[in-house]
Amino acid sequence: MSDQVSAPVPLVNVQVDGVWRQFPKGTRLIEACEQAGSYVPRYCYHKKLSSPGNCRMCLIEMGMPKMGPDRKPVTGDDGMPLINWMPRPQISCAQDVAEGMGVRTTSPLVEDCRRGVMEFLLINHPLDCPICDQAGECRLQEFSVQYGNAESRFLENKVKKPKNVELGPRVTLDDERCILCSRCIRFCQEIAKDDVLGFIDRGSHSVLTAHPQKKLENNYSLNTVDICPVGALTSSDFRFKMRVWFLKETKSFCTSCATGCNTVIGTREGVVYRQTPRENDAVNSSWMCDYGRLNFDYLHSHRRLLEPKIYSGGTLVPADWQTVIADAAGQLKHFNGPQIAIIASGRMTNEELWLTSRLAQSLGVHLIDIVPHRGAGDEILLSEDRNPNTNGARLLRISEEPGARLQTIARAVERGDVKALVVLGENPLEAGISADALSALPAFVLLDLLENPATRYATALLPSAGFAEKRGSMINGKGRLQRLNRAVSPPGQARDDWEILRDLIQAVSGQNGIYTIEEVFAQMSQSVREFSGLSLSKIGDLGVQVMESAESPSPDEPAKNEGNKPESEKAAS
Amino acid sequence: MAITVRRPNLSWKERIYLPAILSGMVITMRHLKNMIFGRTKVTMEYPEEKWDSHMPEHYRGAPALVRDVAGRIRCVACQLCEFICPPRAIKIIPGELPGDDKFAKVEKYPNEFDIDMIRCIYCGMCEEVCPEQAIFLRKDYAITGFTREDMVHDKEKLLEIGGVMHGVVLKWNEKK
Ligand code: SF4
Ligand code: SF4
Ligand code: SF4
Ligand code: SF4
Repeated sequence: MSDQVSAPVPLVNVQVDGVWRQFPKGTRLIEACEQAGSYVPRYCYHKKLSSPGNCRMCLIEMGMPKMGPDRKPVTGDDGMPLINWMPRPQISCAQDVAEGMGVRTTSPLVEDCRRGVMEFLLINHPLDCPICDQAGECRLQEFSVQYGNAESRFLENKVKKPKNVELGPRVTLDDERCILCSRCIRFCQEIAKDDVLGFIDRGSHSVLTAHPQKKLENNYSLNTVDICPVGALTSSDFRFKMRVWFLKETKSFCTSCATGCNTVIGTREGVVYRQTPRENDAVNSSWMCDYGRLNFDYLHSHRRLLEPKIYSGGTLVPADWQTVIADAAGQLKHFNGPQIAIIASGRMTNEELWLTSRLAQSLGVHLIDIVPHRGAGDEILLSEDRNPNTNGARLLRISEEPGARLQTIARAVERGDVKALVVLGENPLEAGISADALSALPAFVLLDLLENPATRYATALLPSAGFAEKRGSMINGKGRLQRLNRAVSPPGQARDDWEILRDLIQAVSGQNGIYTIEEVFAQMSQSVREFSGLSLSKIGDLGVQVMESAESPSPDEPAKNEGNKPESEKAAS
Repeated sequence: MAITVRRPNLSWKERIYLPAILSGMVITMRHLKNMIFGRTKVTMEYPEEKWDSHMPEHYRGAPALVRDVAGRIRCVACQLCEFICPPRAIKIIPGELPGDDKFAKVEKYPNEFDIDMIRCIYCGMCEEVCPEQAIFLRKDYAITGFTREDMVHDKEKLLEIGGVMHGVVLKWNEKK
């Protein structure tokens, strides 16, 4: 951890498995062991939650320095204190490191404890692995292999508990699999602030349940599925869809709101099966909301646009990409700048927005804006701004204030002042333009993902790629530049948005020389100060802070690009 | 460089070739005698005559899904066989058993289960990996078809080949 060197926290000496190491004061013993390379198995402990110490899996042998008659630690030949080992094992999740402390994580006593705990946990555990969605990423399976016994000594009948219980609209509970670690209960109390879960009954008949008349239905309920170390809580959406070991994991982030929670996208053979949160303390800690997590099914919708089309003979007819691009460019070149308007989207990546502004430049367009999308936010993660890249649109001068120019554009289209409309990933009917005005437009170039009521008025239709199908960067509400990675290929003939825009610019103005998305970023970083010195690969998996955040900055976020402050504040205002 | 092959030096016995002819005649006569006494093994008239009764116990024929004595399709669509299958011959689409199903306790079943018999190499890994004793290599060896699609065994075909399996563990009993 980086604060080990820079933070003013005093360091303490701790002996882990015979080697003396230094840890900042206040480090949990279980974390210290992990940092020292001795992973201690655990079920109930989660570093973002409180430590109840109830699973007993993290038992270790612990000792404190041996005190001499002068109340000073007795030191050995190496100058380090001698350790007085405690006769009984201790749990490492509820202990902070202390000066001169000693830990043994692999002694025979510790291994015996783990075997014992495993045996108790498995007494009543059902033989559900073949039908359990957790199989493959189950701590009980993993620790059973590492620390458990090969056979059970219990011949008695198992305790029967409720199975396949609908705990909430998105979470399914299997009480037989629950190991009573209480992680889900603590998550609901401490993070989601919606205290609906609890244990009832006693001993081996204890079961997890929701409070009577209540359901686990808060917008963060699926995080309990992630932290449940076993398959007791499973996602009703992902239930029985695919075994986890088939999933290819791609690091990305959620594009359903301006928070931009870091995610892992699980895919197999071109199909997205699930999204799970990825730890990033500067953005989303270890969580994400259910709304964003489940907002990917539209990628496989039957409404996806799969073929580029041009308007010919009164209808839209499929054509090849070259023809459609040339046709679209021809339609636009027919008009001069003031007769053209562009409605871009706050869901587009920086690269796409940059190319959009280049397209606007080469067409001489000044009427350009993005469509604001807002919804109810909350105190936890979900932002009111449902556009993931509003800040990018501001920074790239597409829209100083999202939506401010939309009215003007709509009125100009209605009046017929604007003859050519370029719409990128938005529905113009929702932006205040009437269907009549749309159908009257001589040129309406539409780049979009899904078919909507406005699609049929297009004179050139360009099917584009969804968030899991492309690469690119966006700036979240707190000014953090983050990177999307491609998890699956776009379906049909749909193409990466930036490629379509590049081809369109090329067809409009000829000049270009861009072949890769890296080159788009390189061009962009030359003229946008906030991006200088960066590249797509330098953004990394956790992102880079590039703008002063409008929202309160996260305390553990190292301030970067301080020199850009005035510039970016200007851009943000 | 040319290589000179030395021709063998034949002895006089070899040069008159009569001993060789005679020993050939002896073999012919021995076969004639065996035939007269009914001791000759002749070609099996496949496919009128089948090899089936001679099949060894460990023979690995076509993989097939089995039902147990209660009539339940034993497969629970855990997809381990799909994972282990070296030529990736198996494709499974899992489904959820409805709550009013006779075997609802099992929760999961294979909605679709295809084995591409053009790909299958009869290795038996699927049988070995199956945690539910649901897939077995049967003795069927004559897997034919006119098209590639014919060669894909779907769930019905696999169950037809598999039939009912006796003597397997019944872990999904209501009591367990
Ligand atoms: S449901 Fe999962 S997280 Fe909740 S107590 Fe049981 S095992 Fe722990
Ligand atoms: S808070 Fe926003 S970014 Fe995060 S998961 Fe929810 S919708 Fe997505
Ligand atoms: S026998 Fe081998 S190749 Fe054939 S389906 Fe089973 S695992 Fe695959
Ligand atoms: S391994 Fe057995 S139970 Fe699992 S999917 Fe294959 S046949 Fe079905």
